[in-house]
Amino acid sequence: MSVILEAVDLKKTFPVKGWLGKSKGAVSAVHDVSFSLKEQSTLGIVGESGCGKSTLARLLMRLIEPDEGKVLFKGKDILTMSGSELRNIRKKIQMVFQNPYSSINPKLSVLDNVAFSLWENGVSKSEARKKAHYYLEAVGLPKSYATRYPSSLSGGQRQRVAIARALVLEPEIIIADEAVSALDKSVQAQVLNLFQELKSEFSLSLLFISHDLNVVEYMSDEVMVMYLGKVVEKGMAQQIYDNPTHPYTRALLNSVPSMEVGVSTLNNSPITGELPSPMNPPSGCRFRTRCPHAVDLCASNYPPEIEVRSGQNVSCILYENKVRAKILL
Amino acid sequence: MITENTEHYSTTPTTILKRKVKKEESTSQKIIREFCKKRTAFVSLIILLIIFSSCLLAPVIAQYDPLEGDIKDRLLVVGSEGHILGTDEQGRDMLTRILYGGRLSLLAGIAPVLVAGLIGSFLGIVAGYFGGIINTIIMRTLDIFYAFPAILLAIGISAALGQGINNIIIAISIVFIPPVARIAESAVKGVREEEFIEAAKSSGANNFSIIRYHIIMNVFSRLFVYCTTQISISLVLASGLSFLGLGVSPPNPEWGIMLNNLKQQIFINPLLTIIPGLFIFITALAINLVSDGLRDALEIKE
Repeated sequence: MSVILEAVDLKKTFPVKGWLGKSKGAVSAVHDVSFSLKEQSTLGIVGESGCGKSTLARLLMRLIEPDEGKVLFKGKDILTMSGSELRNIRKKIQMVFQNPYSSINPKLSVLDNVAFSLWENGVSKSEARKKAHYYLEAVGLPKSYATRYPSSLSGGQRQRVAIARALVLEPEIIIADEAVSALDKSVQAQVLNLFQELKSEFSLSLLFISHDLNVVEYMSDEVMVMYLGKVVEKGMAQQIYDNPTHPYTRALLNSVPSMEVGVSTLNNSPITGELPSPMNPPSGCRFRTRCPHAVDLCASNYPPEIEVRSGQNVSCILYENKVRAKILL
Repeated sequence: MITENTEHYSTTPTTILKRKVKKEESTSQKIIREFCKKRTAFVSLIILLIIFSSCLLAPVIAQYDPLEGDIKDRLLVVGSEGHILGTDEQGRDMLTRILYGGRLSLLAGIAPVLVAGLIGSFLGIVAGYFGGIINTIIMRTLDIFYAFPAILLAIGISAALGQGINNIIIAISIVFIPPVARIAESAVKGVREEEFIEAAKSSGANNFSIIRYHIIMNVFSRLFVYCTTQISISLVLASGLSFLGLGVSPPNPEWGIMLNNLKQQIFINPLLTIIPGLFIFITALAINLVSDGLRDALEIKE
């Protein structure tokens, strides 16, 4: 499978300004993040709130300009594009946002919310509405909803509208940024299944961002775990969920409540402490302040990516020594 | 429940447009229904409509000349035969002059709000949407006008421009632009952060269409209601300027200048002198009550 979207060493820091515009420091939101998304597959991105998942999504869409790095869509760098070239590429990557209550314009009808993107791209209004109807049907909204206004729709229905709006431009990639976290569990399941169905129907590649590990496991072929703007582990979903290697991934998976009888997950290396402020991230490995295995060396420099199994990469000093790594695995 | 009555529409593309119109009608119908439920607002609207239409139809309703009177019939009391509202110090029929004067007074109430509403909204939307240095330049420049009390600024500008209704309209427009711009700017700032703006940007929409379809649609009702409240202030301000002699030149009727002309008669015929004031008061009050009703009907949260 060929790679459709690739990020290379993306970096974004937000300057924090104090009184009279004096710089007070910088929030390192995304730091040297690289990944590749294969055609028609799903990459899940997990991590706690504030670890830079949403910033990453916006960097990929160029809604925020990255400080450094490259975003390659089919080998072409999006960040150097401008004008009509950028507009054409943007159509290929669409996003479904987190909050269905703020991602739809309340003053436009459901139909026009979806059709807007089309008529902005030179399609006539009646043609755009016709197409919008088709996609509203594809996401499972009854015909009668098209003329309604978003205020009469439930959260799940609104999210369906948002998905239809993303689909209407016939993109190749959909970035779902916490697309189900604002929804009820039962509605979540419906929307997740909808994503799966649409993915195969319209041959989409999916970038699925969530803090919910179960959701990501259900959706993804590959998974990337982020902590404080850095990628700590990435690999095939099966590998990561069955054999997590990074202490953070392990702790994260242990924190998921289990439905199995008799299995206690409570006491296996829990994460202690708070997420450090991204304004002054810890030196070296960013997880060391909460890591149960931290040693002095962790503070000095950031651990390189180490391939522990084929396709599974981890950024942890514990795996640098091949002999020690065998024991840990 | 709503599903039932919309289900039977067909989906051929030609009917889609019709359906949209139908739906929009029902939203405005809802607003009208909400508005009519408020009895004070509804009654105020009717009073306003009566005042407006009778001023417009002044030549038809009034039987006298607004500029020339019969000196024999000076200062007739309210309710005199042939002169329902009496006559003024030159024997001119009061009702006639109120009706003709209302045309200028209402014009001076509405025109500045229209002008300031358009210019102020434009400046506020541009400042709020683009932010940064553009925002600083526009908003700080407008802040200069806040340094002067509104009435003083209006007096200053119209004194500089000279007498006449046009200059009053210009003066009051200038006074009203900063507050309208400020309201527009803060409303736009709120909308700009919404995710649907990001979604529109990522679909390749340009700033102009984002402002047109997403920003203006979401701030319009707030601006509209704010502007309606300004009409009464503008009306009072314009009358005040005329009262001070900065507005319409004497033979022409206007409510403010009529009040000024009749103020010497207050001990002779007190009821007569307050008639123009009464009309200013009723009109301003009715406008305010209507805009209150509109605010409720449009469900605007402050």
